[in-house]
Amino acid sequence: MKITEEMVDYISVLSRLKPEPEEKAQLATELERIVSYMDVLNRLDTAGVEPLSHVFPIKNVMRPDLPCPSLPREGLLKNAPSEDPEAFLVPKAVE
Amino acid sequence: MTWETVIGLETHVELATRTKIFCSCTTEFGGAPNTHCCPVCTGMPGTLPVLNEKVLEFAVKAGLALDGEITHHCKFDRKNYFYPDLPKAYQVSQLYLPIVRNGKVPIRTQSGTEKIIRIHELHMEEDAGKLVHDPWLDQTRCDYNRCGVPLIEIVTEPDFRTAEEVIAYLEKLRSTLQYLGVSDCKMQEGSLRCDVNLSVRPAGSAQLGTRTEMKNLNSFKAIARAIAYESRRQVELIEEGKRVVQETRRWDDNKDATFAMRSKENAQDYRYFPEPDIPPLEITQEYLDHIRKELPEMAEHKLIRYQAEFGLPLYDAQMLTGQKALADFFEACAALGSDPKQVSNWIMGPLMGQLSAKGLEAKDMALSPATLARLISLVKAGQLNRNTAVKVFEAVFDQDGDVDTYISAHGLAQVNDPDALAAAVEKVFSANPQSIEDFRSGKEKAFGFLVGQVMRELRGKANPQAVNQAIRDKLNS
Amino acid sequence: MELYELTALELGAALKKGQTSPAEVLAAAQARIAAWQPRNNAFITLPPPAAPQGDSPLAGVPMALKDNICTKDVKTSCASMILGDFAPPYDATVVERLTAAGAVSMGKLNMDEFAMGSTSETSFYGPTRNPWDPDRVPGGSSGGAAAAVAAGEIWYAIGSDTGGSIRQPAAYCGVTGMKPTYGTVSRYGLIAYASSLDQMGPIARSAADCAAVLDLIQGKDPRDGTSLEGQYGTLLSSLTGDVKGLKVGIPADCFGDGLDEEVRRAVLSVAELLKSRGATVEEFSLPVMEYVVPTYYIIACAEASSNLSRFDGVKYGWRAAGYEDLTDLYQRTRTEGFGSEVKRRILLGSFVLSAGYYDAYYKKALQGKAVIKDIYDAAFRKYDVLLTPVSPSTAPKLGESLSDPLKMYLSDIYTVPLNLAGLPGISIPCGFDSKGLPIGAQLIGPALGDGTILNAAHAFQLETDFHKKIPTGKGGSVL
Repeated sequence: MKITEEMVDYISVLSRLKPEPEEKAQLATELERIVSYMDVLNRLDTAGVEPLSHVFPIKNVMRPDLPCPSLPREGLLKNAPSEDPEAFLVPKAVE
Repeated sequence: MTWETVIGLETHVELATRTKIFCSCTTEFGGAPNTHCCPVCTGMPGTLPVLNEKVLEFAVKAGLALDGEITHHCKFDRKNYFYPDLPKAYQVSQLYLPIVRNGKVPIRTQSGTEKIIRIHELHMEEDAGKLVHDPWLDQTRCDYNRCGVPLIEIVTEPDFRTAEEVIAYLEKLRSTLQYLGVSDCKMQEGSLRCDVNLSVRPAGSAQLGTRTEMKNLNSFKAIARAIAYESRRQVELIEEGKRVVQETRRWDDNKDATFAMRSKENAQDYRYFPEPDIPPLEITQEYLDHIRKELPEMAEHKLIRYQAEFGLPLYDAQMLTGQKALADFFEACAALGSDPKQVSNWIMGPLMGQLSAKGLEAKDMALSPATLARLISLVKAGQLNRNTAVKVFEAVFDQDGDVDTYISAHGLAQVNDPDALAAAVEKVFSANPQSIEDFRSGKEKAFGFLVGQVMRELRGKANPQAVNQAIRDKLNS
Repeated sequence: MELYELTALELGAALKKGQTSPAEVLAAAQARIAAWQPRNNAFITLPPPAAPQGDSPLAGVPMALKDNICTKDVKTSCASMILGDFAPPYDATVVERLTAAGAVSMGKLNMDEFAMGSTSETSFYGPTRNPWDPDRVPGGSSGGAAAAVAAGEIWYAIGSDTGGSIRQPAAYCGVTGMKPTYGTVSRYGLIAYASSLDQMGPIARSAADCAAVLDLIQGKDPRDGTSLEGQYGTLLSSLTGDVKGLKVGIPADCFGDGLDEEVRRAVLSVAELLKSRGATVEEFSLPVMEYVVPTYYIIACAEASSNLSRFDGVKYGWRAAGYEDLTDLYQRTRTEGFGSEVKRRILLGSFVLSAGYYDAYYKKALQGKAVIKDIYDAAFRKYDVLLTPVSPSTAPKLGESLSDPLKMYLSDIYTVPLNLAGLPGISIPCGFDSKGLPIGAQLIGPALGDGTILNAAHAFQLETDFHKKIPTGKGGSVL
């Protein structure tokens, strides 16, 4: 599997990461080496094998619809890097 | 060339659960910013979701009512994207195995078109928070109260051709979900939100054109106007030899137009994968049977039953079943022993008059069925005449006041005492010999005058039939 | 005998009998930490310890938590710059349970950033060093936990294990570490790396200590939907050391090329000892080993790319300066706030989930996981426990591993399949190599066979004293 710098750009945008231009070639090489190694999986015959997302067959774990007190707002906001007394603040995000 | 508009809808409906989908915070609308939040719904590190059982129940109910197939082995997936209203940077939703597929909604438009709208799927997911831009700060404030409020998203096939069909579908959907009690479907509060996918094609063509998705449609009226605008825009583009671009457009209610949404990151690659924190759901036949038993009677069924069981005319049955709150009110009055047709008359007359005068929705009124039932029984027993009863009704409507207290406080009880009536007739006859003369010489009008005088003498509280009878008896004696 | 030479259970018993006092114990722990912290950098945060409340066999025994476990109002960093001074407004379920059992927490332990690594060198707070040789790594990602227990600073620690992060550092540091069956310890409050693989567990001197800790922390938690119902709390009381008739399987595929000869001999000596106490030992084939590392890294990175998206400089933690708009804020915060190994795994994860590659990588890995689980399940129809190495070699020198990420990933080969299959595994000290570095052996059990492997480990430790060795702190270069 070939990993191009364009692919590095694409997955960087998806991941909201921004590698320096000079890092991209090296990242592409590194990722290609790892991804190529992962390609050994192609040798494993998985025809007809159901993908296993949850390792144990537990099912239907639910809770009753009963309200509990919410967290006091100070607790919610105390770790925020930018906030006012009521809300988290970010640069303009509304169109 | 004639053009055909092809429309599909994605409708998000907030479920009327008490708590959020994955945590125990309240879903109440309108709290102060960030006061209905906890570590789970704000995606703090280390926290985990646990599904609210009511969400599954409501989604299954909706699926059954929309005649859909319930997915017996169903899972949640993560939809990954960055936006400040989504604190985990992924939305827990369902892509691969949604809870409901292949539903059907029969609709009937105002102009009489009947058709079946196919439901592609219905899935469960969590709502995002609310962003409000503060122009003074030039910062956006993030309020996470709505984060984690349970939603069902109902996706139709592209089966609509007109705005009228869309509105008929939405009205039907809203009524169905309200009947089920799974959502209040208030567009104003955002508990029913609708995105419209629209494309145009030459009439008769089997191929679909390039579609756009319209957002921010906050009323049925806006939806109808947006459909008209967007169809015209697309047709004009094509007729000018330009291409329709597949994009998301925002409806601006003030400017009466749609605008392409600025999207800096065009990559819409959501990288869905199975949510590892939520074990799968296994929907058993027992569970489905149980839910089916709990399904309330839907409007179509009530419509038939009201005519058969209560002998109501079709028009009455349609009016009463149009809103679940009215149907419930009607049935409660009937259960209290009131004559169904009388109840229907009261609901369609004074009650709906009060609702429209007060700008109220039926489900928000204070009036109890017991109050109306009492009024009807007083009228029937001849203890209150109809005109006075309407006055009493209007007086007690707002706060569901006590009918009997009001009547006695205002001295409105009907006078049924034969001696008092006889005395009043005697008094009127001796005071108006000319009128008696006129009546006897054939002037029917004089009779009405005499009745009015007797009613006046009894301050309007007399039983009109008794007054008529007493005067006739006296004239004939 | 010094207090730090006692096991956690021995210290708990001494406190109960009044042979020592809580004040004396606390002072001993603080003195050890003061002496060792400059040498091994095992801790990130050392808040003032609170007085113990509650009772259990471990009441009053000083312990510590890996710094990816949320502690109310105490900084929890995942050894990452991006979390800044994040102090969660809640305790993890394990912390609540330990507090109720009278645990005394000394602080938060160093680790690889976001538990991604096998050396504890990727910490924003500087590398942790191996107490047996400060030029060497303690393993990872729970390196601080293993180093602090090995150096006698604390009597046990809670670590997390996504692909070997408890077992491998325990092996490198000569202590006992256990990853229990997935779902037996609530993950609520564990900052997720890969949710379907993460599991917390104890690092302590002995298997008996591990059993005692698990008795306190295992159990169904209504806040973790993946936690398992079951009978808990009887691991310690059922340790007999009796292994008569125990069927031990030795997968030949785990003793082939790439395994250090000294490690191989030490690990196989465990089989000999168990055999001498009545177990049966048999070699067999486990024909999936070449697939476990790619399967693991695809799944782990995919989940990590999603789990770590919430670190964006908006709700908590650190925010970059000088951003121009929202996207720039996200990109700068994440690019500057995450270390390079974390970013590499996020990119890999985004890649395997992205449009066009999902089926070839992510879905294929989920199928691989199913195959691997089936093969392990089949092995456990024949054997009660499996014996393998923990790592192909003993602790490498600092700086040796990071230059070649793929080589580092490959060294996880013996530990990652357990996480994929949800199985319990325990790493026990079984010797030292010619450089004087500890060697670990791994005992693997079937799902919910936690008691079986603890008992086998206990049987080994009844006759050996590798787990009682304590580094003097005199080896290696002067720091």
